[in-house]
Formats: sequence, C-alpha cells, structure tokens
Amino acid sequence: MTSPSDVIETVVPPEATGDMVLEIRQLSAVFDGFVALGGVNFSVRQGEIRFVIGPNGAGKTTLIDCITGLTKPTEGQVLFEGNEITGTNPHRVVRMGIGRSFQTPTVFEQLSVIDNLDLAESFRKPMFRLFGRRKGTTPRVDATLDRIGLGAVGTQPAGTLSHGQKQWLEIGMLLVQQPRLMLLDELVAGMSPQERLDTGALLMELAVDHTIVVIEHDMSFLRRFATSVTVLHEGRILSEGTVEQVQSDPKVREVYLGRSRDERSGASLADASAPAGAEAGAAR
Amino acid sequence: MSQTTDTADAVATQEALDLAVAERVGPSAAPVAPPVTSRRRSPMTRLGLGTDNPWVGRAVFVAFALVLLAIPTLLDDPTRIRQWAEYLSYAMIAVGIDIAWGYGGMLTMGQGVFFGLGAYAMGMHLSLEQVPDGQIPQFMSLYADNTELPLIWRPFGSLWFAVLAAILIPAIVAACLGLLVFKRRIRGPYFAILTQASALIFSLILIGQLKLTAGTNGLTNFTTVFGRQRYDPDTNTFLYYLAAGALLVVVLVAMLVVRSRFGRLLVATRDGEDRVRFLGYDPAVVKTIAFALSAAMAGLAGALAAPIIGIVAPDQFSVLPSILMVCWVAVGGRGTLWGAVLGAIVVSWSQTKFSETRPDDWVYFQGALFIVVVGFLPGGIAGTLTWLRRRVAPSPSAEPASPLSSALPVGAEGVVA
Repeated sequence: MTSPSDVIETVVPPEATGDMVLEIRQLSAVFDGFVALGGVNFSVRQGEIRFVIGPNGAGKTTLIDCITGLTKPTEGQVLFEGNEITGTNPHRVVRMGIGRSFQTPTVFEQLSVIDNLDLAESFRKPMFRLFGRRKGTTPRVDATLDRIGLGAVGTQPAGTLSHGQKQWLEIGMLLVQQPRLMLLDELVAGMSPQERLDTGALLMELAVDHTIVVIEHDMSFLRRFATSVTVLHEGRILSEGTVEQVQSDPKVREVYLGRSRDERSGASLADASAPAGAEAGAAR
Repeated sequence: MSQTTDTADAVATQEALDLAVAERVGPSAAPVAPPVTSRRRSPMTRLGLGTDNPWVGRAVFVAFALVLLAIPTLLDDPTRIRQWAEYLSYAMIAVGIDIAWGYGGMLTMGQGVFFGLGAYAMGMHLSLEQVPDGQIPQFMSLYADNTELPLIWRPFGSLWFAVLAAILIPAIVAACLGLLVFKRRIRGPYFAILTQASALIFSLILIGQLKLTAGTNGLTNFTTVFGRQRYDPDTNTFLYYLAAGALLVVVLVAMLVVRSRFGRLLVATRDGEDRVRFLGYDPAVVKTIAFALSAAMAGLAGALAAPIIGIVAPDQFSVLPSILMVCWVAVGGRGTLWGAVLGAIVVSWSQTKFSETRPDDWVYFQGALFIVVVGFLPGGIAGTLTWLRRRVAPSPSAEPASPLSSALPVGAEGVVA
C-alpha cells in the first residue's frame, strides 16, 4: 500500500507563486511507537494563507512543533527559506523569522499589554541592553496596538483582557517581531463570531506581506480565508489544494464523515465543523 | 462549550462573514469585547505601595535610608547595633533570593553557598590581617605542617581582592551552575533540591578541607577588622553604616533591575518559560543572569557578615541556614523587594528577641511564625499590608482585591517592583 503522501502531488494555488518559504521533506515524528507524523511532505510559498485541517490527533500541532523546534522529528528535514532548520532550538527558530501562536493564548498576564508587546519587539536586542527601562512606546508598538485594536487598554494587565483580546494580543506579539512566516495554532478557537470575523479580516490584511500557516477547525472560517488547504489524517497528508479541490476530494469526505459516506454523500464539508469543533470544545 | 452552541457559533460566523464581505469590515473595528474592568489597578504596583507614581517609590527609598541612618542613635547599645548590622546583611541575601525566587520563580535553597563564599573570601582577608606579612594564620600550623601560605590564600591579603572575590566568585559559581541546570530545563522542585544539595556539599567541603578552611571551627579570632579594634564600640557603628550603605546599594540595583525590560522578561520567564522561548529569548540565559545576580548579593552580604559576626564557620552556610533565608522572603512577601528586606529584618530580630526572652523554647515560636505566615498569609507581610490598605481605602478605579487574590501564591498583588 502506498501512503497518501506519495500519491498526492503538491498543488500550488495560482495566487501563490512566490519563493518557497517553508519546505518539509519526509518529516516523521514517532512517540513511543505512536506515529504522530509519518513522512509528510509540505511546502508553503511566499504570500500564501495555508490552512491545515484534520481530525484531532491528525498531527497538525505536531507538525508546527517540529517546525518550531519544540519537538525533534524522528526523521526528515525542515527547510526555511532554503536553509535547513531541523531540530534547531525554538528561540533560534524565532530569531530566524518564524513566529507561532498557541491554541490557548499565552500572554504574560501580570505584565501590561504594552509591556507584552515591548518584550516581543525587543527580542533581537542584546541582553545587556535590556537592563534599561522602557521609556514610552516605539512607533511599531503603537502601530501594532492600533492594528490589534487594543490601544485603549494598553496599560492594563494582559490578565484582564477577554479571551479574544488575548488572542489578538498574541497576534500582536507576533506582528511586532516581523516574522516572515507565521504559524497560527487554532487561531479562532473560543472566539465570538464577531471576533472571528475581525480576526479573519486581520488575517487577510497580514497576508499582503506575510506568509501564514493556520491550523483550524472552523470550516466556515477556512472557506472564507484560505488560499490553500492541507488535510492531515493520521500523520499523513490526505489531500492538498484549493478549498474547492479539497472539498470535493472523496478521501476527505470519508475521513470527515466517517464510513457512512453513502448515506451522507450529499453533505458538504461544512457539516464536519460541528463534530470537530465539539471535540475541540471538549478538550478545553 | 457544548456541541450545540459551537454549531450555532459556526452558523453565526458564516452569516457574519457573508455580511462582512458586503461591508468589508476593517480590523479597526476590532475591540468588540466589552470593556474589561480592571481587577488590579496596575500589573506593576511598585514597592508594594499600589501606585504608579515613581515619586512614591523614591520617597519610600529615601525614608528607608533615613530610618537606617537613625537606627544606631535610637539603639545606643554597641551589641544591639552589631546585631542590626547583621540583620541588614541578611536583608541583602533576602533581596537576592527575591530576585531569583519572587521574580524569577527559581526557589533557591542553597543561597548559603554564595553567602558562605563571600564570607570565606572576607574571612581569609581578616585572618591574614591578624598576622604579620608573610606569616600564616594560626590554625594552619595546628592542622598542617606547612609554613608557607597556600597559593589560594595569597591574593586575599588585599582587601579589594577579597571584596571583588566575595562578589564575583559566587556570581561565577551561580552562573556555571545555573547555565548547566537551566539549559537542561531543570526547574521547580528539582532545582530546589539540587541547590539544597549544593549547600550540603559546600559545608562538607569546608569541613573536609581542614588545612585550608580550619574545618568545623572556621575562621575566627579577628581582633582587628579593617585596621580597627573589633571590640571598640565605634567599630560596631562603623560596620553598621557599612552594611546600611551596602544594603541601600543592593536595593537600588534590585529596583533598577526589576523595573527594567530585563525585570519584565524575568517575570515573563517565571510565568511562561515556553512562551518566552517562542518570543526568541533563551530562558536559560535570563534565569542564569538573575541567579548570578542573586548570588552576588549573597556574596556581598557574606563579606560584610564576616567582620560583623566575627566568625566564619561551615554551619552558618549549610542546609538549615539556607532554608531560613528562604523563610525570610516568604515571611516578608516574595515578589516585593521591600517585603524581602522587611522579612529578613523582622525574622532575625524576632529570633533575637525570642531567644533572649524564652531561651528554652524560642524555636517553637519561630516555627509557629513560619507556619502562620506560610499557611495563612501567603502574600507575607508585604502582601498582607497591601491587602489591608485596599480594604481600608479602596481606590476608586479598582475594586478591593478579594481575599482570594491575596491568597494566590505568586505575585498575589501583581508583580511588585
């Protein structure tokens, strides 16, 4: 039996023809015999908004963990802008220009919103220069505060923000670092509909000068904002292409709708968002 | 979140999105969440005073300096002045522990090592001060037949070398230990156990190296300190002001550090080490710097304690004293610099009082004090004072802190600079 990743040709969406930003070759991650990732080939070009979807346990977060150095892959290579970064320590990966957010927003609750952004922005400063006090805010922090709509709460402790605002602050902390590649893990999970909408609009705006990989469960969100989609299933790539291509892929339907596809062949991919979202909700 | 609400969310999102396409909503419309009422007035309440006004912090610092200045006049008893000088040197250790533990989350149970390294550096200098140039301290001819001063002792004839060594050697030892431990991501209780073990090893080495350290007896019999007669009352006052000056410098340095970006980064590392890593910082480096700084402060304290106490012996730097040092900070309130200073002074002072008034059972009182504070006042003295102040005079912009929030183990009142 050939693995799906061997069969699937990487489909490059027409709008993304820039340079290769991220390239993953035959990436495997095995934990105590459990295959979280089994030989994944994956590449993202300049300016793409790539969505990675898949049922729980498909290996989506493991994929991001392997890129950012949190998990050392068992096999395979990760290339960022042509340079191999496999197994590099997380803080070095960030310094190379890859930023990531987490499923649950992890901002520093005791620090003010501005201090959160300021610390994020100062990451390239040599350590001894951090012994100065922050005096006011830099133009970039100001601009980011406006962009993420937290200008009015800049001096408040981040711990007092709402869930959505924290997620936005987290995006802001990514933005001030000016990464060339952003990896966003379950960006809109737990957000209100309005917050999802605003986040999507921000995402579109960011896509102009950033390359973005989003892990997501929310199918309506995906349909709206993805330029290309990768479907992971049991540690392998099941399907890859534009939203339409993936949606009409029978293998994707089978995975998402279970074995009863005959009865429900008319169902759209959107129906899958309910069980997937419920799982995510249960996980919280 | 239940399945139904999530599905409803998804549907609602779809509708909202379709709407958005028509209107092209920009992200400037973002702050949609209801305005958040601040539970704490400021994340960085300075000095435990709950205010952002830097002048309040400066005023408190000046007031503290004046009180330190006045204490010898108030006491007017050489022995008491000597005791207070001792308390102040302990306060320096406490400030260091507070940086490592209160701000950096590193529970260091081996601060006695760094205190001891500083004390021995100065003790060696003082021992050499007692004998004419070229001669060896008395204990050396007792325990060994060497007539020459060991190589390692020679530079300590210079006072400045001794002072520098008292600060730098602990810092270097802590930096090496810290880098080794933090790079391997050893933290929490494992770090505490490791540092505690280092305190035990340190005292065993001191006892074992009899020919170099005078073993269990330690370095003692200093009849002169820095060219002054040790039993002259003025010497006590001199040592007191030396300790007071050093403490003020230590507190000032600590204040500058915790208010700097590095201080913020240290707190961030305490609260989310992994997140700091994904900001592009190496948490091991951040923690190592803070740990080395705390060790340097303990070393300086040791250098001052040697002439003040007049004896430098292993049992002062072993496991039990190291635990006591952490208790000072716990009692005073960790995460607040003034709390640490206060804790060290109050506990040491009460130790003197208890032992004088109830020589037989004073240790029980001390034990009870620790249990009460750690068990019922997790914010320590400083945290309790802040809580009381908010109960008595709640600020208009903030709700009074709930007892629950002051019961939080870490940074109960936010990170206090």
